[in-house]
Amino acid sequence: MSARYLLRRLAQVPPSALLILVVTWLLLHLAPGDPLIALAGQYGDEAYYTAMRERFGLDQPLPQQLATYLGNVLQGDLGTSYVRGRPALSVVAERLPATLLLASTALVLSTTVGVALGVLAARLGGGRADVSVRVSTLTLYAMPAFWLAQLAVLGLAYRLGWFPIQGMTDARRSLSGLAAVGDVFHHLLLPAAVLAAGELALNVRLVRTGLLEAARSDYVRTARAKGAPGHRVLYHALRNAMLPVVTVLGNRIGMFFTGAVLVEVVFAWPGVGRLLLTSAQSRDLPVLLAVFLVVAGAVLVVNLLVDLLYTRLDPRISYAARD
Amino acid sequence: MRPVTDAVPAPAADVAARAAGVRAASPTSRRGRPELRRPAVLATPGGVLGVVLLTSAVGLALLGPVVVGDRPFASVAAPLQAPSAAHVMGTDDLGRDVLTMVVHGLRTSLVIAVGVVAIAGVIAVCVGALAGSHPGSLDDLLMRGTELVQVVPRFFLAVVVVALFGARVSNVVLLLGVTSWTWTARVVRAETLSLRQRAFVEAARSFGAGQTYILRRHIAVSVLPTALVMLSVCASGAVLIEAGLGFVGLGDPDVVSLGSLASNAQRFLRSAWWLTLFPGAALLILILGINLVGDALGDAGSARLGPVGLGSTR
Repeated sequence: MSARYLLRRLAQVPPSALLILVVTWLLLHLAPGDPLIALAGQYGDEAYYTAMRERFGLDQPLPQQLATYLGNVLQGDLGTSYVRGRPALSVVAERLPATLLLASTALVLSTTVGVALGVLAARLGGGRADVSVRVSTLTLYAMPAFWLAQLAVLGLAYRLGWFPIQGMTDARRSLSGLAAVGDVFHHLLLPAAVLAAGELALNVRLVRTGLLEAARSDYVRTARAKGAPGHRVLYHALRNAMLPVVTVLGNRIGMFFTGAVLVEVVFAWPGVGRLLLTSAQSRDLPVLLAVFLVVAGAVLVVNLLVDLLYTRLDPRISYAARD
Repeated sequence: MRPVTDAVPAPAADVAARAAGVRAASPTSRRGRPELRRPAVLATPGGVLGVVLLTSAVGLALLGPVVVGDRPFASVAAPLQAPSAAHVMGTDDLGRDVLTMVVHGLRTSLVIAVGVVAIAGVIAVCVGALAGSHPGSLDDLLMRGTELVQVVPRFFLAVVVVALFGARVSNVVLLLGVTSWTWTARVVRAETLSLRQRAFVEAARSFGAGQTYILRRHIAVSVLPTALVMLSVCASGAVLIEAGLGFVGLGDPDVVSLGSLASNAQRFLRSAWWLTLFPGAALLILILGINLVGDALGDAGSARLGPVGLGSTR
C-alpha cells in the first residue's frame, strides 16, 4: 500500500466529519422552537432576553455561531445532558465499552462462523441447495434484529433457560477474576449471536457465491492442474471471496450499530442502546446528538480501516483504479 | 413490478434500428431493450416466494382495513387475550385487536417504503445520470458528495431529527429519502457510463437526438432494472429503520408502527407471546418479500447482462 494512497484516503476523513457536524448544526438551527424561550422562559423582559442572547452567543451572526459550535464540538464539548446534568459526551463514553464489547464479539462471530458456513454451503454446489441456502440466508438477513432478539429471549432464555434473560452480569452473585469474566461471557453470548445473525447470513451468501464463481475460474483450474492440495486451492479462492465480505462490512457498519442498539434494548445490555432509549423518551437532545456524532465518527474510522484492509487483501487496488 | 418498461413508448432510434434489421435475440425485448416480464421475476423459486410474500403483505395492508376496520387504537375486547377465533392474533394490554394493529402497521411500513423509494429514486437517477454522462469534474464532485452522504448513520440521524422535528411519518420519509439514494446513484452512474458507448445510444446520437432525450428515453429506461434492485434494498432498509425508531419509542404517535408494537410487547414477553410474534412476522414477510423480489430482479438482470450486455442490439 503506497503512502500516497494512505494520505489521500486520510484526507477524505475531515470533509466527511465537517459535513456531519454542519448538518447537525443546521438541524439544530432549523428545528422548531426558539432556544431563547427554552433558556429564558416565556415571560422574560426584553433586557433579560438581550442579556441571555449575549451570554449564549445568539446575537452573533450565523457563521460565527457555526464556528463556535464547531470549536466546541472539536474540543469534545457536546453540551450538557438535560436529564443527567453532566457533559453529554462523558455520558455516552461510559456506555461505549459495553456496546463495543457486544459489537466486536458479534463481528467476530459473524465473520468466522459466516465464512466457515459459506465454505460448507459452497460444497453443497448449485441446484436444489442453491434455493434453500438463498432463502434461508435471506430470511435470517431480513429478520428485524429486535424481533430475533425477542424470539431468542422467549425460546432460549425463558423456555429452555440456557441463557440469562438480560443484563451484563448476575446481580445476585458477586464474582471476581475468571468467574466474573465467565459470567459476562455467558450474558454476552445470546445478544452477540442475535446481533451477528444478519451479517452472518450475508457473509454465508457472499462467501458461497465467491467460491462458486472461483471454482469456474482459470486460476483455480491452474492450481488444480498443478496438483495443489485442496486446502491450498481453497485458500486461493477464499482470499478472493473475502473481498466482498470486507466491502460489505464497511458499507453496513452503520446498520450494524443500529442493530446493536436495538438488541441492547431487548437484553437490557448496559450500552449505548439503553441510553438511546431512555434519552429518546426524555427527549434528551444533547445525549442523542452525542450518540449520533460518536457513531458517525466510528463509522468513518471503520470505513477507513476497511479500505486499508481491502488494499492489503487485494494488491491490485490502487487509489486511481478504485471506484 | 412488471409493467415498468412496458409503459415507455418505443423511441425512434430503436424503431429505426429494427427497421434496419438489427434485431434483438430473445432475452432482450422486441425494442432491443431489457424487459421485466413477469416470467423473469418468477423464473426462480425464490422469486415466486418473494412475489407471494410481497403480494400478501401489500394486499393485507391495502385491503385489510376493509375487514378489520380503520380504528386500530380502539379497545375492543378484554386485555391480553390469547389468539382466538374472534381475535386471530389476540389482544394487547389495552384490549386492542393485534390483527387490526398489524394491518395498520403494515400500511405505515408501506408508506415509508414507497415514499422513501420515490424520493431516493429521483435523487439517485438525477445524480447518477448526471455524473455518468459528464465524466470529469462534475462526476468527481457528485461522487465525492455521494460518498459523504453514504457514511452518515441513518438510524441515528433519524433519532436526532425525530427528537428535534417531531415523530411524524412525513419527517421520517423525507429524512430517509434524502439519505438513502447513494447506492442507487452509484449503480445508475456506472450503468450510464457503460451505456454511453453502446450501439443503440450512438445510433440515437447519430440521428441527432439531444443529450436530454438520450438520457430520458434510452439511458433512464435501460438503467431502471438495475436501479430497481438497489431501490428494493433501499426500501427494506427504510422499513427496518422506521421499525427501529418505533422500537425505541420514536414512532409517529398518530399511526401504528410495527416497531412500536414490538416495543410494547417487550413488557409482556413472558406472558403474551402473541404481542411479539405477529408484528415481527409481518415485518419479516414484508422485508423478505421485498428482498426476494429484488434478488430475482437482479438475477433476471444479470442473466440479460451476460456476455452481450444490457440492452445491446448486437
